[in-house]
Amino acid sequence: MRQANFHCAGTAPGAPASALFNYVLGLADDALVLGHRLSEWSGRGPSLEEDIALSNLALDLIGQARLYYSYAGELEGEGRDEDALAYLRDEHAYRNLLLLEQPNGDFAATMVRHLIYAAFLVPYLQALSGSADHRLGAIAAKAAKEMPYHLRHAAEWVIRLGDGTEESRGRTEAALGELWMYTGEMFAMDVAESGLAAQGIAVDRGTLKPTWEAGLERVLSEATLRRPVDGWMQTGGRASQHTEHLGRLLAEMQVLHRAHPGATW
Amino acid sequence: MRVEPMSETPMPLWEVFIRNRSGMPHKHCGSVHAADATMALQAARDVYTRRGESVSIWVVPSRLITASDPGDKDFLFEPTASKPYRHPTFYTVPDEVGHM
Repeated sequence: MRQANFHCAGTAPGAPASALFNYVLGLADDALVLGHRLSEWSGRGPSLEEDIALSNLALDLIGQARLYYSYAGELEGEGRDEDALAYLRDEHAYRNLLLLEQPNGDFAATMVRHLIYAAFLVPYLQALSGSADHRLGAIAAKAAKEMPYHLRHAAEWVIRLGDGTEESRGRTEAALGELWMYTGEMFAMDVAESGLAAQGIAVDRGTLKPTWEAGLERVLSEATLRRPVDGWMQTGGRASQHTEHLGRLLAEMQVLHRAHPGATW
Repeated sequence: MRVEPMSETPMPLWEVFIRNRSGMPHKHCGSVHAADATMALQAARDVYTRRGESVSIWVVPSRLITASDPGDKDFLFEPTASKPYRHPTFYTVPDEVGHM
């Protein structure tokens, strides 16, 4: 196994660099995987307006991923740049949340997934903006300006779909039910991330749960939908144990770079 | 068996006006389809302000716009062609006035 040569330049004192690398890589993978999922709607949106809207949301997330990957590459100090981290790692090295790799399904499912995650990410990025790691804080501050629109856009659609026709309501309810078991992972932290949170570098995810629940509840009640009951929660993404969907996503996303390394246009 | 069309009601059309910086008037830039005013604003934001063009957006239902009849242009607009003295270029405007 390759031993990474970590160095800590510019990071908060006392942070184990490999823990920080893994943490930043997880944030990068979250942004890229969800961004790629949204990009799959390009040219297939339900209307021209929404097609462009989904592409805009995708580009925000892919832009955020680039900043995280570049920083992760510097932390690792092995010469891997954003492309190497995004295109040349396999499924068993990706650390994204399982929620974000779930297939787009229909438009309602895409909007429900986005609502669930944006309602979490908005307060999360606000908190991360104050990270003791200033580089990470600056990336979060930039992303924190982009995500409120994601939340509003997804919320407005879920309200109309839930309180819409019998069919749109049925599809929205079904998506909520199917995705709910992946919501617990947003609040799960391993020992390394908890250690970073204790140093003020990462954010204690658990403290954001009441904010997330209240925000989601406001939207769901306006959509006349009921919040699913918490049941068994599926985790594993952070430990690179993924659902069967990530492999296919990566195959499509990485094929060009793997076939033509370093291709540019 | 009769096949129902996918969409019974087409989404209404909205005219979009954007202001590119404070102090300047909103200008018409195009139109979007949306179910209601809130969604029309979002669609306008996504379609017409992707490159930092705007600091403000208005959307107006297209059906509320009253337009002149193109067939009337001969008597509505053509007579002004012979009245160049109405152009403000006949007057000198002090620099301090700024944009008019």
